[in-house]
Amino acid sequence: MELTGADIVVKCLQDEGIEYIFGYPGGAALHIYDALYRQDKVKHILVRHEQGASHAADGYARATGKPGVVLVTSGPGITNAVTGIATAYMDSAPLVVISGQVPTHLIGDDAFQEVDAVGITRPCVKHNFLVKDVRDLATTMKKAFFVATSGRPGPVLVDIPKDITAEKTEYIYPRSVSMRSYAPVKRGHPKQIKKAVDLLLNARRPIVYAGGGVVLADAEDALREMVRLLGYPCTNTLMGLGAYPHDDPLFLGMLGMHGTYEANMAMHGCDVMLAVGARFDDRITGDLSKFSPFAKIIHVDVDPSSIGKNVKVEIPIVGDAKSVLEDLVRELKARAAAINQGQTKQWWQQIDEWRGINCLAYDQKSEKIKPQYVIEKLHQITNGDAFVTSDVGQHQMWAAQFYGFGKTRRWINSGGLGTMGFGLPAAMGVQIAYPDDLVCCITGEASIIMCIQELSTCKQYDLPVKIINLNNRYMGMVRQWQEFFYDRRYSHSYMDALPDFVALSESFGHRGILVDQPADVEGALIEAFAMKDQLVFLDFITDQAENVYPMIAAGKGHNEMHLHPGSGEPPQERELA
Amino acid sequence: MRHIISILLENEAGALSRVSGLFSARGYNIESLTVAPTEDSTLSRMTIVTAGSDEIIEQIVKQLNKLVDVVKLQELTEGAHIERELMLTKVKATGDAREEIKRLVDIFRGRIIDVTDSTYTLELTGTVEKLDAFVKALDMTEIIEVVRSGATGIARGERALSL
Repeated sequence: MELTGADIVVKCLQDEGIEYIFGYPGGAALHIYDALYRQDKVKHILVRHEQGASHAADGYARATGKPGVVLVTSGPGITNAVTGIATAYMDSAPLVVISGQVPTHLIGDDAFQEVDAVGITRPCVKHNFLVKDVRDLATTMKKAFFVATSGRPGPVLVDIPKDITAEKTEYIYPRSVSMRSYAPVKRGHPKQIKKAVDLLLNARRPIVYAGGGVVLADAEDALREMVRLLGYPCTNTLMGLGAYPHDDPLFLGMLGMHGTYEANMAMHGCDVMLAVGARFDDRITGDLSKFSPFAKIIHVDVDPSSIGKNVKVEIPIVGDAKSVLEDLVRELKARAAAINQGQTKQWWQQIDEWRGINCLAYDQKSEKIKPQYVIEKLHQITNGDAFVTSDVGQHQMWAAQFYGFGKTRRWINSGGLGTMGFGLPAAMGVQIAYPDDLVCCITGEASIIMCIQELSTCKQYDLPVKIINLNNRYMGMVRQWQEFFYDRRYSHSYMDALPDFVALSESFGHRGILVDQPADVEGALIEAFAMKDQLVFLDFITDQAENVYPMIAAGKGHNEMHLHPGSGEPPQERELA
Repeated sequence: MRHIISILLENEAGALSRVSGLFSARGYNIESLTVAPTEDSTLSRMTIVTAGSDEIIEQIVKQLNKLVDVVKLQELTEGAHIERELMLTKVKATGDAREEIKRLVDIFRGRIIDVTDSTYTLELTGTVEKLDAFVKALDMTEIIEVVRSGATGIARGERALSL
């Protein structure tokens, strides 16, 4: 049977098994919206701003591992979505973004709501398509899902002119698609696996540095098995939190700019580093010339361009993190007799000394609410089992440091692009995927304002997200940098004229709770979580002067951390070589 | 170091901008870039001349390979290869200079392909160095315009870039 392009788009989504899409209608997308109206398999979530749509689809994708789908109109519809697309691109989240375009004959005419969507998104998508013939539509949709979800995942845009959505053709959805120019590697090279195991078995000061790629590949079980087989210390990046359980004795915490003392010192001192699904980003490495001076590096990544980009690598392994880690486990088991946990005994003594300084110390007796305390309480009350999304800034770092993740896909934040405004819409996407689970959005008063309009979406779809607003009346991270590096000249980092968040939430039909005493923190959280069907906005008035520690300032090495005044004295540096 | 990278890419609208966009976005330099369809109309062949350290060239190759429209690529400068560039030059040619230029064109094995009372239009192919040398040799002559195609190249012997 012949279908219109619009019906084909929707049929493709159905055949791809897509349950939810996030979008906002407009002229060029109206045929597609009409096709959506005439069916009930694909449910559409109407956001209040297209940026919200791409973040929500991203949150959905990260929490489920399934592709997130966005539908927007041409012009401002797609430009508004770009921030979310770039966010997904930097963190390798699988998105398929469908944008309406002006009719083919008007393209290039500066038509109403025309923008070169393919051109504007090109630097921040894995790939994009402009559909010029309705007969190519179904295959293009299949390709979009294939590219978005395979290899290193990422966003893919399909731009569809309005006339194409009206034309008719026979609908056939290809079961699979192959592209001669795109064939991501899955298995790691067996020779490289053997070489990696040789190096790992001979390590005296090893470290496993695992990132978001482990989460994306669902490789956490293989990672845990490998680390435990070897008894080696493991650290996670911001994007990798949950890949290794926070309370396991082999876990050193997060590394990087606001990572733990022990993780960063171990990165600095290690002789063998196994990096899996991590990309040696500048927030991880600090000054590259000072980075891990003694380390021989094994780097596992599905994207060859990540390997050798920032850091010289001894053993590159191109492959899917899960497949490679499973191969490593198999090889290690075959050579189990050669595993000697005793050879890292001294290294562990050194690590325990580093751990001794309590780098995450903060003032527990303060009369003001300490943001770290709120997160610790949140962990306690939720048993560390909530989905946690965050915005960007100090609260994000405190959430990463203090929540303590035991599972993957529970910690959802904008790591690469650092997009303020991500938290609330991302939480909507997560809540839609898991309607019965607790979803918390840890945010700050500056970030939450950036996509506050989505409170209205939450009302429409009864999304009981719990917003944990760490309100310090400052753009906290900006303020912290200004305190440290700009002589306390707080240029435009103060949030003057803030709204009454409780009244604001209530005006959207939600509940709001103001908390300004440390003693009330726990009770407020419990009260909020008891309102299972309600979105609750918890406005915690926190200490304005609190800073995130430890910190590696720009241009510094891992062994040059700023520590909290309340942390212990760093132990004397030992000879490592 | 100067490198020549040959690329087979899907002959599709926008493929060129993906490649050129990659170079500008990542701050790689392009000395020249040429592109045209091949005998297989679904494929274009592109030649990029770029410069950078070994690490940068490795990244360029990896980033190019990552583009979905790039089907295959080869670093020509890795092995023996032939490099050619076409140059068209319009020069002022009056009086004694007419003979002088003609001799020069012969020496460089070029051709005069258009003539007026006061100008010659010259065609020359060769390596970049040869074309540079020719422009230098024209020193005394008044050059009206120079059009260069950018370098193209092909590997010597059995080595080939094809599907």
